[in-house]
Amino acid sequence: MIHDKIERNVGLMMVLIVVAISFGGLAEIVPLMFLKQTTEPVAGLKPLTALQVEGRDIYIREGCNVCHSQMIRPFRAETERYGHYSVAGEFVYEHPFLWGSKRTGPDLARVGGRYSDAWHRAHMYNPRDVVPESNMPAFPWLFDHEVDSSQTAAKLSALRTVGVPYTDDDIAGAAAAVQGKMEIDALIAYLQQLGTVLKETR
Amino acid sequence: MSNFWSAWIIFLTVATIVGSTWLLMGNRKGRGEGQTTGHVYDEIEEYDNPLPAWWLYMFLASIVFAIGYLIAYPGLGKFPGMLGWTQVEAWQSEIDKAERTYAPLFEGYLAQPVETVAQDPKATKMGQRLFANNCAQCHGSDARGSHGFPNLTDNDWLYGGDAAAIKHSIAYGRAGQMPAWGAVMGEEKTAQATAYVQALSGQDTDAALAEAGKAVYGTYCIACHGVEGKGNPMFGAPDLTDDIWLYGGSESQIRRSIANGRQGQMPAHKDLLDEARIHLITAYVYSLSQKPIQAGAGAQ
Repeated sequence: MIHDKIERNVGLMMVLIVVAISFGGLAEIVPLMFLKQTTEPVAGLKPLTALQVEGRDIYIREGCNVCHSQMIRPFRAETERYGHYSVAGEFVYEHPFLWGSKRTGPDLARVGGRYSDAWHRAHMYNPRDVVPESNMPAFPWLFDHEVDSSQTAAKLSALRTVGVPYTDDDIAGAAAAVQGKMEIDALIAYLQQLGTVLKETR
Repeated sequence: MSNFWSAWIIFLTVATIVGSTWLLMGNRKGRGEGQTTGHVYDEIEEYDNPLPAWWLYMFLASIVFAIGYLIAYPGLGKFPGMLGWTQVEAWQSEIDKAERTYAPLFEGYLAQPVETVAQDPKATKMGQRLFANNCAQCHGSDARGSHGFPNLTDNDWLYGGDAAAIKHSIAYGRAGQMPAWGAVMGEEKTAQATAYVQALSGQDTDAALAEAGKAVYGTYCIACHGVEGKGNPMFGAPDLTDDIWLYGGSESQIRRSIANGRQGQMPAHKDLLDEARIHLITAYVYSLSQKPIQAGAGAQ
């Protein structure tokens, strides 16, 4: 009996378990790391500026990605509301990506340019001031704290290590670029560029 | 996708299916009903019954389904599947179908002037839905706006309220620029200008201060807000003589507006919405500001 042999041979069982578990990933994930569609940026994609990188980290710190996805699926219901569906090439500089799958709030993949900076400030200070029905938390402390610039250069250089094309000048000027800026400004700078590479009329 | 990765995916997928089938078939009989494996652990024996038939058939059915799926749909590397299905084409056909249904409707409204469309209840309902999706975040679901975001229902307009002006505001956006005068005017003149603006709109204020403010107004404010303070839709400069305030009409808010300036920004929507949709939203917004007048006329 094969069954018997496998159960009595730990080494063979380990090999077979590894095969069973890893084949799915080997077939579905590994090829994506080498495909042109998933590794090449879409035309016009630029790495985030230092201020936008800090804004992105605030976005993650405040858990925005817990309620807001950044992934427009190719369904009419989504493209009518949010704009062109997301494509892989838009995310090649994202580490880690913030696609998400839970939408307590709306998708933000193309929120850039949809609202004015003043709206974002009012909305982040107290969402109910502009959208009375909103159940989003308020983030008033973002208006009181300056961006911590001590790690900005390190963040950019870490991103460069994983393939984001920052120049030496970008990294050298990173701390100066965010010095004295408030956290809310960094967050808005990040939000206002989201999804602006692809434009399409709904 | 390169041939190597295509072959890689096909090999792994087929190997998994073949392996699963082999494992299932190799184990389906066991030693037979009621037979034990022969192990005894602490006097406990282990049966080696065959798989229950319904279980076996469900396994087999899932394998057959997998093979059928991989033939019909894209899954095996570069093989596109017999149905030729793609995600983007599925989306496109969904769009095309909607286009066939709704395009004549949209085009019908687009051919009519905004003033006519605004009279059509069905059109304004469509406009309202589009407004809720695209405009309500700033202007409110009732279009009454809030601090810094104009009320669209009161027939008081920064950039003009006729159909063409509304459409232009939606399509190309607007950038309001009230400069910060605090540093230029200094404390005293700011207070005087504030009092004068209060007086313009009929608020109670220090008469002497307001009188002094008239000169300040003449120097700094008159270019945009006009001699009489009626504003100028060319720059989106608001009328200061009515009691409608975008940033609040209290003494402290007026002072803030003068000292720190205000930057109102309406984002451009021509890249976000097509012409027909902008036309419908224009008609809806236009209809909102017409209502109070009609209601007033009806009451008389």
